[in-house]
Amino acid sequence: MRRVAQIAATFALAFLVYLVLTIPSGPLGLWSLDELLAGAVISFLVALVSYRLLWERGGGRLLQPWRWVLFLVYLLGPFFLAMAKANLDVAYRVITGRIRPGIVRFNPGLRTDAGRTFLANSITLTPGTLTLEVDEATGDFYVHWINVRNVDPTPEEVCGPFPKWAKVVAE
Amino acid sequence: MSALIYAFLAIGAVFNGLGAVALLRFPDVYTRIHGATKCTTFGSIFSILAVVVHGAVRGGGDGIGMVIRAALALVFLLLTNPTGSHALARAAHRAGIKPFQAVVDRLEERK
Repeated sequence: MRRVAQIAATFALAFLVYLVLTIPSGPLGLWSLDELLAGAVISFLVALVSYRLLWERGGGRLLQPWRWVLFLVYLLGPFFLAMAKANLDVAYRVITGRIRPGIVRFNPGLRTDAGRTFLANSITLTPGTLTLEVDEATGDFYVHWINVRNVDPTPEEVCGPFPKWAKVVAE
Repeated sequence: MSALIYAFLAIGAVFNGLGAVALLRFPDVYTRIHGATKCTTFGSIFSILAVVVHGAVRGGGDGIGMVIRAALALVFLLLTNPTGSHALARAAHRAGIKPFQAVVDRLEERK
């Protein structure tokens, strides 16, 4: 019973995204019948494949609306700023060729899958840092850093305020 | 408004161009992933923002549809790009490719 509810909820989410993506597509109201059918079939398949990943191990927490507000604040504020700065830094390294690459390890102390994914994706989207591996047991992050300033860095040295935000937004 | 659109397109083109240069200049797969996937993401964000502004200025059903779709494309880009580059880099490391001139390789030490 719980499984059916989880599949149905995943289906509803996927279908909603599909509907938004194809918004004015037909003469019958906002969506044509073809789009509705195709969307329903595709969303159902997606729901069957991915409902486990979404709901087990606490993924459902990400649907709480205040997390979305915080996420938007994070995306437009500290994240965009860090990304712009890092892009200019990497642009400088592309042109001058001054790099000092290496793979460093640090532990940001995140415990949930959602928090770790959030931080790993933030790190990877920022140029100059690239998450290679997250140790599931210990929570260690292995990050390829294009300009290693410290062989044993603290999380703040590699990715600034990201770990704190990951804790607040996703854990 | 068209000045804003041109500015966004110019920033987008510059960073996408830098991504291409990075692909040529950087020495190994990891550093190339830095240049070629992230600079192009930043560039594409601005290209998409140009489309959003264009759609908003145009208005009407078409314009709104354009804004919504471009914004969704941006969301999916931000979600899938880091996942994809992470998968590429992890696969490269598992296949035994050493990072070029690395000052430290903690992942290798773990094995």
